[in-house]
Order: sequence, then structure tokens, then C-alpha cells
Amino acid sequence: MKNKNTSLFRKDLVQEALKESFVKLNPKIMFRNPVMFTVEIGTFIMLIVTLYSLTSDAQGSFGYNFTFFLLLLLTLLFANFAEAIAEARGKAQADSLRKTREETPAKRVSSIGKIHSDAVEIIPSSLLKKGDLFFCEAGDIIPADGEIAEGLATIDESAITGESAPVIREAGGDKSSVTGGTKVLSDRITVKVTTDQGESFLDKMIALVEGASRQKTPNEIALTILLAGFTLVFIIVTITLKPFADYANTPITIASFISLFVCLIPTTIGGLLSAIGIAGMDRALRANVITKSGKAVETAGDIDVLLLDKTGTITIGNRKATHFYPANGMDEKHFIKSVVLSSMADQTPEGKSILELAGIDPLSYEVKDARFIKFTAETRSSGIDFENTRIRKGAADAIKTLSETAGNAFPDETAERVTQISSNGGTPLVVSENEKVIGVIELQDIIKPGIRERFERLRKMGIKTVMVTGDNPLTAKFIADKAGVDDFIAEAKPEDKMNYIKKEQAEGRLVAMMGDGTNDAPALAQADVGVAMNSGTQAAKEAGNMVDLDNDPTKLIEVVEIGKQLLMTRGTLTTFSIANDVAKYFAIIPALFIVAIPSLQGLNIMNLQSPESALLSAVIFNAIIIPLLIPLALKGVAYKPIGASALLRRNLFIYGLGGVIVPFIGIKLIDIFVSSFL
Amino acid sequence: MNTEILGVVLMYATVVALAIPLGRYIGKIFNYENTWLDKIFNPLDRLFFKLSGIDPSKEMNWKQHLAALLTTNAVWFVLSLFVLSNMSWLPLNPDKNPSMSWDLAFNTSVSFVSNTNLQHYSGETGLSYMGQLILMLWQFISAATGIAICAVVFNAMKERTTHELGNFYSYFVRACTRILLPIAFAGAVILVFNGTPMTFEGKDSLTTLEGAEQHISRGPAAAFVSIKQLGTNGGGYYGPNSSNPMENPNYLTNILETIFIFLIPIALVFAMGYVLKRRKLALMVYGVMTAGFLCLVIPAIYYEMNGNPAIAEMGIAQDMGSMEGKEVRFGSAASAYWAINTTSTSNGSVNAMHDSMTPLTGMFAMIGMMVNSFYGGVGVGFINFYIFIILAVFIGGLMVGRTPEFLGKKVEAKEVKIAMIIALLHPLMILGGTALASFLYAGNPEVYEGWLKNPGFHGFSEMLYEFSSSSANNGSGFEGLGDNTPFWNLATGLVMLLARYLPIIGPVAIAGILASKKFIPESAGTLKTDTSTFGILIFAVIAIVAALAFFPALTLGPLAEYFSLY
Amino acid sequence: MKNNLIPAIRLTLVCLVFFCGLYTLAVWAVAQLSPGQGKGLVITENGKNYHFNVGQSFTSDQYFWSRPSAVAYDAAASGGSNYGPTNPDHLAEVQQRINHFLEHNPSIDKSEIPSELVTASGSGLDPHISVQAALVQVKRIARARGLTENSLLQLVEKHTEKPLLGLFGTERINVLKLNLGLDKL
Repeated sequence: MKNKNTSLFRKDLVQEALKESFVKLNPKIMFRNPVMFTVEIGTFIMLIVTLYSLTSDAQGSFGYNFTFFLLLLLTLLFANFAEAIAEARGKAQADSLRKTREETPAKRVSSIGKIHSDAVEIIPSSLLKKGDLFFCEAGDIIPADGEIAEGLATIDESAITGESAPVIREAGGDKSSVTGGTKVLSDRITVKVTTDQGESFLDKMIALVEGASRQKTPNEIALTILLAGFTLVFIIVTITLKPFADYANTPITIASFISLFVCLIPTTIGGLLSAIGIAGMDRALRANVITKSGKAVETAGDIDVLLLDKTGTITIGNRKATHFYPANGMDEKHFIKSVVLSSMADQTPEGKSILELAGIDPLSYEVKDARFIKFTAETRSSGIDFENTRIRKGAADAIKTLSETAGNAFPDETAERVTQISSNGGTPLVVSENEKVIGVIELQDIIKPGIRERFERLRKMGIKTVMVTGDNPLTAKFIADKAGVDDFIAEAKPEDKMNYIKKEQAEGRLVAMMGDGTNDAPALAQADVGVAMNSGTQAAKEAGNMVDLDNDPTKLIEVVEIGKQLLMTRGTLTTFSIANDVAKYFAIIPALFIVAIPSLQGLNIMNLQSPESALLSAVIFNAIIIPLLIPLALKGVAYKPIGASALLRRNLFIYGLGGVIVPFIGIKLIDIFVSSFL
Repeated sequence: MNTEILGVVLMYATVVALAIPLGRYIGKIFNYENTWLDKIFNPLDRLFFKLSGIDPSKEMNWKQHLAALLTTNAVWFVLSLFVLSNMSWLPLNPDKNPSMSWDLAFNTSVSFVSNTNLQHYSGETGLSYMGQLILMLWQFISAATGIAICAVVFNAMKERTTHELGNFYSYFVRACTRILLPIAFAGAVILVFNGTPMTFEGKDSLTTLEGAEQHISRGPAAAFVSIKQLGTNGGGYYGPNSSNPMENPNYLTNILETIFIFLIPIALVFAMGYVLKRRKLALMVYGVMTAGFLCLVIPAIYYEMNGNPAIAEMGIAQDMGSMEGKEVRFGSAASAYWAINTTSTSNGSVNAMHDSMTPLTGMFAMIGMMVNSFYGGVGVGFINFYIFIILAVFIGGLMVGRTPEFLGKKVEAKEVKIAMIIALLHPLMILGGTALASFLYAGNPEVYEGWLKNPGFHGFSEMLYEFSSSSANNGSGFEGLGDNTPFWNLATGLVMLLARYLPIIGPVAIAGILASKKFIPESAGTLKTDTSTFGILIFAVIAIVAALAFFPALTLGPLAEYFSLY
Repeated sequence: MKNNLIPAIRLTLVCLVFFCGLYTLAVWAVAQLSPGQGKGLVITENGKNYHFNVGQSFTSDQYFWSRPSAVAYDAAASGGSNYGPTNPDHLAEVQQRINHFLEHNPSIDKSEIPSELVTASGSGLDPHISVQAALVQVKRIARARGLTENSLLQLVEKHTEKPLLGLFGTERINVLKLNLGLDKL
């Protein structure tokens, strides 16, 4: 990702946002945000009053009214700017992803019915339709998202993920997806287009950010209701003040009424609310996660249970051979030789690690008529046949069956060794020669450094971590303990995941999981937050509600934090906004009445210069606090996993108490400044 | 220490000491656990249900509860209207008092059925004994309504998913017979022995020592006074309520009557802790309520004991404090204490004239009503507080980065909407009502001259107080207000009606909806609602939602008066 | 609603019987055992009955004055003045009472007058005054009745009611009882 460190306000983005700020003054757009919509009405009324004051001084001088009109307009523009800059940033981020795939020539394979002809035509990528087939060779840029129909290739995905190491994608299986904009490094693949132009996840996300199809998330709806409620309270407060003032023979200008109203309603959060939501999706995108809805990000913050695949998440990639244990009476050198030979043709990472551990070049041995035996699900072993020797290595029970069928006993000592390795978190591979057990290879998982701390962090957030692994329960337990996860599913089949999710959900918990394979799809759909790896199958990507471009299984943790940040930013800014009212009251109320009731000077605890300067200061503060808080709204309030109570205490202190104190200081300072001009 | 302040401390300490075991007892009653009084009450309750044709074991959902509540209350309203407008020919009228006008009968019926007990009449001259007794019935059963519906909310807050929230009639009858009846009876007996009248004879007449004729109103007052204090009703038997020496003869009865104001409201908080097995939550709620109460009561006592500066200027001694409208046997501390007790619960009885209190005491009394949940009325006080909990849970939940949950139930848009409407209602009623009255008065001061006994800021306070009192279902008044006019009778009647039932419907709906949601077990990420931090948050929500909205109005009333006086 | 109506009416009737009827009768029955049989606290002096917890108006110089009353001690229409603390009428009235008091008690300094003696009570029936309020009247009564101040001071002390248990509430004097005692001197 190239734009990871974009500054908050890039010049071009600011320009675009400034323009949008004015466009968004359109009442039809404003209407979506009830708080700011009322401000717009207030601004409009002030405009009329300003025009009226050209002819009469009954509502104060023209300059006075015009100043308030400008300040209110500024408040609106600031709020619009907040939303616009968030949109612009999100769009820029998405665009940079999208740009890579625009107008790439595509080698479309024409097909007649179900039969593909070999005829190839070169068309622009924008003409590709869902279901079309195209092929790519080494050096080609893949023109569209799709699924490999045929072939295998190494692909450079650095344009999307920023990761320079090439990855292998092949037809069938769980790593069959390719992304538009990535580059084929070797081999040739035929790809079936899975989405129409403009309908890829990225396109959908851009639409979300741009606001065209942005829907309010459940919490955002509830918060909007709360804010609308507050606004209504202050509509009542302001309107009823008129007869009160009449009773007290205190004339109050319309400008004062509107100032009071605009200052009291929660404009700060009202102005920043949508920016916060967009910034949440934007942050997800910066983490290379495409979200299919704003709701998914929000839900991520609520997650109680995380299902994590062991491999790649908790342990580094693959297991490594760590020990050779020859059976009793077996010559170690001979054992190693057999092991090396059996692994000669084994291209799996485990196989390679065995050769590494042995440190012997297999070609130094002379073998004739060698025939390599591939691993199959039935035999669950692999090996080599040469001359009269048959070497096999595989799971303990597979080799046990093999040797016992041949009439050879499975040595107790080997059985013990197998158990011991398993309970230490290792995976035992038993080796046989001519159906006789000759020893055991120990494979060990390497737990990722720092993963324990991450789980500890999750635990403090109140999230239960569950490791999913195909290992036997003994191995699984050992790794689970070592990595510090709360629970594990051993010998996991896809339906186990599903059942586990359902069970947790039945108990009221929200579950997140990550997956890539087609058999993960139902579980991804069932999970409250399902993150599909971009490399995964189309089915998996359709089923989940987020797609991780990096294919990084630890991404779930980041996603959860982004979700929490999103909610927290809303909560804290709401608190801040409402707490501001205390100071604003003390600035405005004395100012409204002090001319008619001089004894109310006692309420002017900030000792503001004059009623005019007090009103102006409050309105100015109210306006400029919005742009001042934009960086916070975009970056989000820092999440610290210190437990909910401590977090509440902290945020209540900073944003609640701060929200009470800051405006006192701010309004006073502005008053000193303003009164020097009056 | 000053014996007046010591008296106040005694009253508070005693009420808390009594409320804790009572709360436990009430909790047992709502949980249908055995108590030692079952031998008496089980047969009594069975009799009630048999005679009423009610099956007390039939489970109701929240809508059925509300339907039962509203129907019974409607029946009471109609009956009340009939009696009050026909008192003159109905029995038990030895003093030959007249029937009420239609608007006053409407106002009084709403007032008593809604547990408000706003009185636009004076007990001695405006009611027959029959009228007094029927009002006393509402004092029992409107209080029991509040307790019963509070029990429904408690039941809904339990950790499970259900639509079935117990039986309204069962809660209601248990509240009547097992809580209100025994305590009210004990209180009435103490009052009788201290000189509160309990007779069906008419007025007594005598010649004073200086030779003047004096008529003394009597009647079945003791029974009435006891339940009016206990059920946060507050409607006095006599016009000036418990400042009248018949109604409240001495300092001991004053202690008793003051304790009765707070007893059930505080006990219900502890009952909640017992029912839900969440003692800490109850302590948090109690703590917030108490903090709020102290914020109001301490300055009130201070200002009353310090006297009226305008009188101090005349050069006389004010050792007893501001004594206009107060009784020597209570003193200013116990009067100010009562004033805040009665307004922060929705009681509304008085032992001194609130209209004559110093400006800030009047303001704190009003704030007590504006918040209406620093203990609050029996049952409804907690229900009002529940709204603030929901709002605080919502804001606090977001602040810790989670969809807000309260007691394992997600608080979502629908609940926030209801809570916000209810929170809105109170400012709307109080400010809207006062605005209407101000508008009328300011437009034509001559026509409405009779409204305000006091001019200027204080006159405004009288109107603001009246609507605060109505909307809080309190019933006390700045009694200088000439309030027995069709405008005030209808306006406050309407406000009382809406302000009683909507704030019951709202929270019950929220609780019912939450109860039917899936229960989510707590995790380290869940916002804990039983901590002091959360308490502070609720307090802040109350201060900002409930109190700040009234700041401009209070500025033009009591605050302006205060700053012009001090 | 319909299903609830019949039970609601029947329940109301049952409540009527219990809480208006039986509860009231029970309290009434207990009242018969109480000192005043629930008819008020009455003392009899010289064959005349007085409700000693209901204040009476005392305005002549021979008696200890009771507090001002907004209802002239009409115990069938009790009530307070409901004057606000800043009401000019109220303040004028208080000033006038101070003047009136000083006229009748010329030897008293204004700063000795306790405010309760010039302010109206809440009920208009306050039977009590403070000790200070009695003491400032001693000189006047001594002169009017030709009694020694000392005997009056003793009387005042005798009628002073201490706070509850000596700890809680106010110290006060029942004016009616004090004046009855005065008549006996």
C-alpha cells in the first residue's frame, strides 16, 4: 500500500473537499443530518434577518446580523468540510487501488456455448463481463477480478497488498482468486471474470464512501435519534424563551435566539458524525480490508469471539522438522538416509524442512529405479520405492495400519514417542521401511513472536480467542496453551467451525472469523463478521462481509480495533459536544438578559466583556471546534485495551470533563480577542 | 451541633436504616418469596382476587401490563369525577361543603389518580369527608400502581429472554396489602396518638382566650395523612398540608412524615438490588440519587437557615432563619429538608410554604421536580431514572467502543428513541406550559392579575413551579398562584395526565423490548453499569439533560430573584 | 381493554371497601383509645376547651403575642401568606409589624426582635413562638400586668419545650399554654 502515510490534509483532497462543502449545502443533502439541517434553517432565517436589518434596526444593526449569518454559514461549511474531506480521503484511497486495473488490455477467450475456442481477441478490460474468460501469461497485468479456471501461476500482488513476495494461485482449491491489477510473473492461467465492471467489492466500497449508497449503521441511527432528541429539547428551550422574555420585559433579538439554539444543539458531533463513519471504513481500507458495509466495521467492535486459523495466524506458516528419533536398534545414519530419500520429491514445506534438518543433499545417494509415491488422502503417507526398498512416512496411525497389516508390530517405544511429541505440540511423522517402523520425525509449529501479547490484549478487550486447527487435540492443546488462546477446535472440519459459531451465537455472543476456502463460506456467512481472504474463492468472498487484500489472518485483530475506535470516536465526541453546553449556557444566558436585568452580572462567571462579545465568542467557538476536531474524527480516538470501566473513566475524564472545561477557556480567549475589535 | 441540623441528620439516617430492610422485604414480595407476614396476607390476597375475578398467576407481556394499568386508572378517574362533582348530596358531609366545578373536578381527579395530588382546592372547605375518603383511596392505589409497574420493570431487567413479565394485578394487590397498608396503618396510629384528628364529627367551635370565635376543622385526617406521605401522594387533608398543626402536630410526627416521604422510594432501589441480585447496581443507583439529593438539599438548608436578606436589612434578628411560611415547631432546617424531600420525590406535601422560601431553595425544589428521580415517586422514580440509565448506557457504551448493552441486553435505536421521547416530554410540558402562561400573562397583565400573588421574577417562578410540579406529578405549589381557574385546572390537568402515563408507558416498553432480546453474557469489554464511573456518567446525563434544559427559565425566575436579593 | 374492564371495576370496588372502609375504620377504632379520641388535643381550663396544638390570635398587650397569621388564626381555612421573599408588599408588611412591635415594646432594640414574630407561619395556625420571641415581650407584659419580670422569665422557662430528646429540632414555647399560665399568675 503506497498511501499508508498520507497526511490528513493533502492539498488536492482539501481543494476537492472545499468545493464539496458548498455543494453539500443543498437542503436535500443536509436533510440527512437533522442536527445540521436545523442549523441550516437557522442560517437561512439569519439571512432574512440580515436583509431586513438593511431597512430597520429593530433586530440590531446590519453588521451585527451579518456577522452572525456568516458565522452560522461557516459552521455549516465546517461540518460539510469534515464530511467531504473524509469522503475525499476514502475515495483517494480506493482510487489508488482501482487505478491499477483501469484500461488494461484483456486477452479474451471467445467461447461458443460451453466450448472455448482458441480464438483470442484483445479488448479493453472495461469491456469484460461477468462470466467472460481471459488468459494471462507471464508479464501480463490481470485485467479484472476473477477465478482461475485453468492453470497455475506465480503472481505479484504487491500493487494491492504491498507485499513483494510472489504468491502462487492455481485453479481449483482455495487459492484460485486473482485480483485485477496484479501481475502474472510466470506460467499461464485462464481466468473467469467473477464480477461485472463497477461491481467489484472495491467499487462497492467506493460507492459506500461516496455517500451514494451509504446507509447509516444501526448505532449511527440510534445516535442520530439521540442527537435529534437533544436538538428538539433545545428547540423547546429556545422557543419558550420568547414568552419568558416577554414576561420579564427583556427584548431578545432573533440573532441571539438563533445563537443560543445553534450553540446548544450538538453541532460538534452532528457535524462530524458522518465523517467519523466514513473514516472508519477508510481506516479499514488503509489496513487493506475492504468492507462491504459500514455496519460490518461497527459490528467488528462488538465481537466477543474470534475464530482464528492456527496456521499463519498463531504459528508461522508451516511446521518444521526439529528432531529425528530412530527406532530402537536402528542406525541413526541409515534412518536419516531413509528419511532424506523419502522426502526427496516432497515439495511440501514440511518435506523441505526435513531435508534442511538432515543437511544432506539427497542426490548424493545413489538410488536406482526410484519411484516417488505421492501423498493421498487414502494412504495419508508418501514416500519412495527403489530397488527392493519401500520407504513411507506419514501420520502415526497410517503407518501403524501399514505395518500391522504386513504383520509387523508397531513398537511401543515408537507409540510413546508419538504421544510425547504430540503433547509437546509437535506433529509426529512415522517412517517405515518395508512396512517396518524405523523411526519418528518430529515436526514443530513455530508460534509467531508477539502473538501471545496480542491475545492478551484481546482478552482485555473482552474477546475470547479460539484456535481452529486440523491437529489432533493433544497438539492443539499444547499450542493453544503456548500461544495463550482461550479455546481451540482440534481436528477441525468445516462444519465444526459452523457449529462452534452457532453455539456461541446462541449464547448471545458475536463471532468473527477469517476464511478462504469454499467450505468456509457457510461459516463466513454465519459469523457476524466474516473476513474472506482476497486469495480465497469467490464463494468465500461473497459470503463474508469483509475482504482482506493482504490475506493476513491476524487482520481480524486490527479490524476489531477499527470497529471499537469507530464507536468510541462517536461516543466521546458526543460526550464532548454535549458537555460543551455548560460553558455555552454560562456565556449566552447572562448575555441575553443582562441589559434588562443587570443583577444577572453575577451569572457571568467568565466575566465576558459585553453581551455582544459573549454571543459572538460562543458562536465562534461553536464553529471552530468542528474543524479543530476533524483530525480526531478522521484518525479516531485511540483505543486502549484496559477494560471497559477504565476506558470509560479515561474517556469520561478526557472528553467529558475536558468538554466542560475547554469551552470555558476557549470562549474566554475568543472573547478577549473579539472584544478588542468591538 | 445545631439541634435543627441534627434533626435533619437523624431523619435521613433513620429513613436509610429503615429503607434497607424494607427494600429486602419488597424484593421478596416481588420475587414471591416467603415472608413472615404471609399467614395474614395470603388469605387476604386470595380474597381480593376472588372478589375481583382475577387470576393472579396469568403471565402478562408488557403491553398487557400497560393495558391493565391504564384500564384500572381510567375506571378510577371516572369514579373520582363522579364523586367530586356530586359531593354536596352524597353522604359524609357534616360541614355541608359544595361539589366541585367541572374543571376543578377534572383537575383534582387527574391529580389524585396520577399520584400527583396537586390541589387547586382547600381541604377544609373544598371537600366533604366522602370526597376526602375517595381521594385517600387513590392515594393507596395510585401509589400501588407505581410500585406494581416498577416491579414489572424489575422483572424485565432479569437475566433472561422472555415476554412474560408477571401479573400486573398480582403485583398491584401485593403492593397495596403487603407494603402500603401495614406501614400506613402504623403511621396513622402514631399520628393519632400525637393529636392528628381521626373523627367523623364536624368542625369544633370555641372561644379563644382573647374572646374571639374560632372554628376548627377536623375529620378522618390521620388515616389520610399517613398514606399521603407514604405513597408520595402529598395531597394534604388541610389546605396548607403538613404545616397545619392538626396534620403534623409536633417534631416527632414531622420526623415520621418526613421519613415516610423517602421510605418507599429509597426502599425500591434496594428492592431492585434484591430482585436482580445486583446489590452493586442498587448501590450505584442509590449513590447517584443521593448525590443529586445532597446537591439540592444542602444549599437549600443553608439558605433557609440564613434567612431572607431583605428582612435582615430591616435590622431584626433572624436566628431561626427565614420564617415566613414556616412553623416554629419545625424550624427552617427541617422545613428546607422537607421541601427538597418532597420535590425530589414526587410527593408534594409541604410543611412550610415553598412560595415564601428564599429564591435558591425554590430553585432547588424546582430542580428536584425537573429531574424527578433523585429517589422520585414510589415506583415511578426508579422508572424515570431508568430512562437516564438507558441514555447513559447508550453514550457510555459507545465511549468504550461497543454497541451499548444494559444488563446483557443491547440498547438499540428503538429504545433510544423511546427514551429520548420521554426525556423530551418533561421539558416540553414544563417549558411549554410556562411559556403559554407567560404568553397569556405578558399579553394582558390586567386580565390575569389574579394569577400571581407576587410580582416580577417570583411571579414567573410561581408559574414555572406549577408546571414543574404538574409534570413531575409532584403536587406541591408556589401557592400564591391563583390556580383555581379553568386555564390552570385544564392546563395542569392535561400536563399531569400526560406526564404520568407516558413516562410509565415509555420505560415499560423499553424494559419489555429489552426483556425479549437475547441475553448477552458480560465480558471484559462490556460496560459495567454498577461502577462509580458509570454513576458519574448518569449524573452528568441527568445534569445536562434534565437540569440544563431549564437553565434559561430558572435564570428568569429564581436566579434573577436571587441575584437581585443578595 | 375490554378484558380488563370488568376486573378493573371489581378490583376498584374491593379496594374501596378495604382502603376507604376497613382501613379508615381500623384507624378510627384505634383513635378511640388515644388521648383525644381522635377529636383533637383538647385541654380544659376554667371549664373552657382549647385545642392546644392549634394557635390562637393574641394581640393585646397583656398576653404574649402569637405569630402573625395570614388567615387570622381561622382554623377552618388555614394557610400561609405565600408572599415571596422579595415581594414589596410583604416587606412593607413586615416593616409595619416591626414598627407596631416597637411601638408596643419601646424598650426593645430592633435587633432583638426575632423574625418569626413578624412573619406569618405556613399554616396561619402556628401554636408556637421561639424563646427569644417570648423574652422580648416580657417587659411589656410585666408593665401591662404589673408583674415582676422575674416571675415572667420563670414562666417562660417553665413553658419552654426543649428539642426532641434535647437533641433534635427547635426549642419553642406554646403560646396558648404560656398565656394560660400567665393568667394563673
